[in-house]
Amino acid sequence: MAVKLPIYMDNHATTPVDPRVLEAMMPYFTGKFGNAASRNHYFGWTAEEAVENARQQVASLINATAKEIIFTSGATESDNLMIKGIAEMFREKGNHIITQSIEHKAVLDTCKNLEKHGFEVTYLPVQRDGRISLDDLKAAIKPKTILITIMYANNEIGVINPIAEIGKMAKEHGIFFAVDGVQAVGKIPVDVQKDNIDLLAVSAHKIYGPKGVGALYVRRRNPRVQLSAIIDGGGHERGMRSGTLNVPGIVGLGKACEIAQKEMPEESVRLRGLRDRLKAGLESKLDEVYVNGSMEHRLPNNLNMSFAYVEGESLLMGINDVAVSSGSACTSATLEPSYVLKALGVGEDLAHTSIRFGLGRFNTQEEVDYVIDKMVQVVTKLRELSPLYEMAKEGIDISKMKWQTA
Amino acid sequence: MAYSDKVVDHYNNPRNVGSLPKNDPNVGTGLVGAPECGDVMKLQMKINPETQVIEEAKFKTFGCGSAIASSSLATEWVKGKTVDEALAIKNTDIVRELSLPPVKIHCSVLAEDAIKAAIGDWKKKHGVEAPAAAETASH
Repeated sequence: MAVKLPIYMDNHATTPVDPRVLEAMMPYFTGKFGNAASRNHYFGWTAEEAVENARQQVASLINATAKEIIFTSGATESDNLMIKGIAEMFREKGNHIITQSIEHKAVLDTCKNLEKHGFEVTYLPVQRDGRISLDDLKAAIKPKTILITIMYANNEIGVINPIAEIGKMAKEHGIFFAVDGVQAVGKIPVDVQKDNIDLLAVSAHKIYGPKGVGALYVRRRNPRVQLSAIIDGGGHERGMRSGTLNVPGIVGLGKACEIAQKEMPEESVRLRGLRDRLKAGLESKLDEVYVNGSMEHRLPNNLNMSFAYVEGESLLMGINDVAVSSGSACTSATLEPSYVLKALGVGEDLAHTSIRFGLGRFNTQEEVDYVIDKMVQVVTKLRELSPLYEMAKEGIDISKMKWQTA
Repeated sequence: MAYSDKVVDHYNNPRNVGSLPKNDPNVGTGLVGAPECGDVMKLQMKINPETQVIEEAKFKTFGCGSAIASSSLATEWVKGKTVDEALAIKNTDIVRELSLPPVKIHCSVLAEDAIKAAIGDWKKKHGVEAPAAAETASH
């Protein structure tokens, strides 16, 4: 069977809207366009009902209650709100925050911003497998620590942190635990009760919902978490997030959560199978390929691999009918290779050769097989072109050579 | 990022890929860049000691498409030129020919460095003092 090109395999960046999600959203653009805050007419009630239904759908996916879900413009806002909201509310209690070096920029830059306003932030290193060490975390806790914020699963390497253990430790110390759940929610079981999560950021467009909408779980019991708002206005969302609700978007997020919850057991097995097929195919046909991060603690749909001696951007150029992403400097705005891979201890030379594959609901086995063939073909061609590959084959240790660096 | 047609052409059909025997007295080898910077270029030229004409040029490059194109173009340009003519090639000529965007200018700089380094190596073999080639590539 011929595959349809181009192939999309960058599902950590974003996902297409599931047709069932779009169908659920459609009526709320036109006929059911009301403002959910209009309390005294039919249009408002209809919108409010839809929002409350979506709140329940989101809550159910993460084992929360509907009242604990507030809607935002996306996970970047949710990350900002959970961190800045706690920091401002509890700054009398303490000014120390613990996070890790491979968080998403929405968390890292929020923490850096707080450092300019009198907060002290500890950025925990990660181990070679991409997870934090619980001993490091324990050692970093101080009397002034008010918040631990650690992502559930990393967006580049898909590595899953020991969230339940961190949650337990946070609870024992009376510290709030905020989690960027963007890559994990909807992909693997996330349970805010079992994991002792106090705040959890969720995005719709990573789980086949629309862009521009997200949610924040804010625990209401044991303990009741209070937040300072970062957007002032009409007092929507229990005063924590003002602004007219994006009703069609929220309906879409709700539907996306409902589908994810129902289909996750089957979908995660299928995607893991495809991912393992991709990995096995590449490893059997190419030498010197390396997986970045733990395979054991990893999202079922992620594969991040370095293809030694082949620079990532040139690799992407060769597989231009396949959409994936690279940790190479040339593909980033900063001209620095991936800070995530660097933090893992992956050498910069190998970081430049990394490719992230993000499998998704709509990928097929035929597509995986096509990607394997294409990757093998392009890597082989580029290695023929690579002076580093030639030197390695001659037995020269590239890491010991003296290079002219800027 | 969209690549220019010429970059795509050199990437798809790189000219003069390969290696020359680096111990041949008439072969000059330039190896510039660094793996941790994401670019390494190896440029080799076989130079006639009598005429000082570059008779053959080969390259291998680890780097983005623009780096591959810059070095591929460099081999095309130096072939048939004298050493002095080749030394006159400027990175800005490469930028113009390949329509490189500002973030890719370092690729052209590296190609110019590679030409100078290869000729420098050849001159050293022939007891001619190497020109003060650019010691560092800017990234």
